[in-house]
Amino acid sequence: MPEEMTGAEMVLKALADQGVEHIFGYPGGAVLPIYDEIFQQDKVQHILVRHEQGAGHAAEGYARATGKAGVVLVTSGPGATNMVTPLTDAMMDSVPLVCISGQVPTHLIGNDAFQECDTVGITRPCTKHNWLVKDVNELARILHEAFYVATTGRPGPVVVDIPKDVQFATGTYQGPNDVRRGHTGYHPAGKGSAEAIRRAVALMAEAKRPILYTGGGIVNSGPRASQLLRELVAATGFPITSTLLGLGAYPASGENWLGMLGMHGTYEANMAMHDCDLMICIGARFDDRITGRTDAFSPGSRKIHVDVDASSINKNIRADVPIVGDATQVMEDMLLVWRKEVGKPKKAALADWWDEINRWRGRNSLAYTPSDNVIMPQHAIQRLYAATKDLDVYITTEVGQHQMWAAQFYGFEEPNRWMTSGGLGTMGYGLPAAMGVQVAFPDSLVIDIAGDASVLMTMQEMSTAVQHQLPIKIFVLNNQYMGMVRQWQQLLHGNRISHSYVESLPDFVKLAEAYGCVGVRAEHPGDLDGAIDEMIKVKKPVIFDCRVANLENCFPMIPSGKAHNEMILPAEASDEGAAAESFAGGKALV
Amino acid sequence: MNDTTTEPEADLPAAPPASAYFIEDRQDPEETHTLSVLVDNEPGVLARVIGLFSGRGYNIESLTVSETQHEQHLSRITIVTKGTRDVLEQIKNQLDRMVCVHRVTDLTMIARSRKEEKPLERELALIKVSGSGQERIEALRIADAFRAEVVDATTGHFIFQITGRTNKIEQFIAIMQPMGLVEVCRTGSAAMCRGPEAM
Repeated sequence: MPEEMTGAEMVLKALADQGVEHIFGYPGGAVLPIYDEIFQQDKVQHILVRHEQGAGHAAEGYARATGKAGVVLVTSGPGATNMVTPLTDAMMDSVPLVCISGQVPTHLIGNDAFQECDTVGITRPCTKHNWLVKDVNELARILHEAFYVATTGRPGPVVVDIPKDVQFATGTYQGPNDVRRGHTGYHPAGKGSAEAIRRAVALMAEAKRPILYTGGGIVNSGPRASQLLRELVAATGFPITSTLLGLGAYPASGENWLGMLGMHGTYEANMAMHDCDLMICIGARFDDRITGRTDAFSPGSRKIHVDVDASSINKNIRADVPIVGDATQVMEDMLLVWRKEVGKPKKAALADWWDEINRWRGRNSLAYTPSDNVIMPQHAIQRLYAATKDLDVYITTEVGQHQMWAAQFYGFEEPNRWMTSGGLGTMGYGLPAAMGVQVAFPDSLVIDIAGDASVLMTMQEMSTAVQHQLPIKIFVLNNQYMGMVRQWQQLLHGNRISHSYVESLPDFVKLAEAYGCVGVRAEHPGDLDGAIDEMIKVKKPVIFDCRVANLENCFPMIPSGKAHNEMILPAEASDEGAAAESFAGGKALV
Repeated sequence: MNDTTTEPEADLPAAPPASAYFIEDRQDPEETHTLSVLVDNEPGVLARVIGLFSGRGYNIESLTVSETQHEQHLSRITIVTKGTRDVLEQIKNQLDRMVCVHRVTDLTMIARSRKEEKPLERELALIKVSGSGQERIEALRIADAFRAEVVDATTGHFIFQITGRTNKIEQFIAIMQPMGLVEVCRTGSAAMCRGPEAM
């Protein structure tokens, strides 16, 4: 029902009406009226961060773990510009985020006022949509539309920029069901074309060497999509691989699971992608980290591509059967047609293919040389997995070698349990993201598998974790290098280790203590299990300084610009050998 | 590859895999297409569309915009762009997924599907020519041949208004160059499909 209230009151009312329980933010001059309203209510709980980027990543972690929109509140100027990285991150990885920013009063816009910036201009390319609210009577409608746009179709971040005078002004509030939608041309895709789905199933029924290649779109489509994916795998008997962001949609313990694919994916996943005759891509976007050299990508296959965003189809790789639709609805229809037309898995027809896959599996591409003297980073993750897999656990990561090792060695059984920065590759994502997950699930175990370089980018948020009693565990694989940067310098830049060695790292244990957290260190393989147990038992935030082998590199690897069947395997992966394998032209690529 | 590969069916295009990394090595011809984009007329909408083109490295050869349906606050943007078929498809899909975009219509594709060479395209230009004597007389004579209209004049100058296809305007400007041409202003292409149907 329409009610009269101030703009600032409307913000809190709209958040409550949208079912928002937590927001992450940092106050400042241009959002003081909203903070004043936060003080006078208790429906929405505010988590005070130490830097706006932390608020953004925390909201991303919250959104990915819950499936709901993450909400951020920041001030004008630097508050808004500090949000640019999380917004871009959320844009690349399709995370629903609603960012409310304060703006200088309307009459000062364009005057270079104190803490003024062109927030909608700056965030236009890194949001799904954004709004500058100039009339308080439009505010409620825009806020409700913002949630709708962020969470429907291909999810993404949105910004609502509210000038201070609009926050003070009085106008009419309307609830989510009373407002008319502003953008009548916005129609998120739903069901896929029945004809295309029939064609897809016909190809699937004929395939001798099929593979399912799935991505974050399955997770974004909701828990039902993961359920349907499992049914689809069971009904077809097809092997399945997934991108970094899709891990957990199909369980790592499932027998059809080939592991992650792509630059640091398993041999069996990449070889199966290369040699398949039918690729069924659902909710993934043929990113360059997945395809490697695209003109040599899976040369002998037909490709079915299911995506909710039509612009993902035919962008990098041409699809033979494009299906624009929501993963849940498309898989539902696909299963109906499959069960009606085909029925059981065609085990005999797929037997040769599975034999070949099992031979590839036999290469054991994730092997590494164990050590009794130093902790191998892969071993550390395997021990962490062993100690936590039966617990109610969520894993976040930073970006780099540790992230790839986490993806390779930590087995995910369920969706929404794994938050990592894929598309943008944001170092510093994992710590605040873990915080966001912990806010949503206070009783769960939330671990950020981190690197020593990444974690320092948002380390200040440990103070937030302490203030809000968020017992996150920061598991730092400390090798004193920006490991992935060094790996590329070794492989592609003549082993010139330019500025990727961190000469003076803080003492992470003392740092933890300085923040009021608990510090744990493991330096020898023998200490590892005990230290991990100690970390899990502590009911406070922990920084775990895991001192790992300094010069270990991450394999297998498809060097940039090479094809899937040109992987470097750990057996042949002396760094010199790998350097020789690397494609000279790859240096120019990212 | 082993011999179990099934033959491609007739209805499925067996397109070669495309390349993002090596796209510059590809020899696909570039085509010029005219797109009509219907958008919500709201602040920043043009910046969104232009930002998409610059941010993703697409070309804009001409751009015209005006509100065309006042009650619904809809603007029609006409964009002439150039790219390979793959890029043109991306441009349309990227435009279409914007929240403020109602419809993207490739007028060139529609014209082709009707066996027409191009959609109906017109441009307006104002052309100022200064000078005296023989050149001035010649300028007026040519303008007459092009059906350009004199909209302003003194003894020292003419401003011609000319409408027509882009080619015609280009040609007129080229001819006016030695006749004392000092200033040109053009609207860019407005375009529409021929025939009785609405877009």
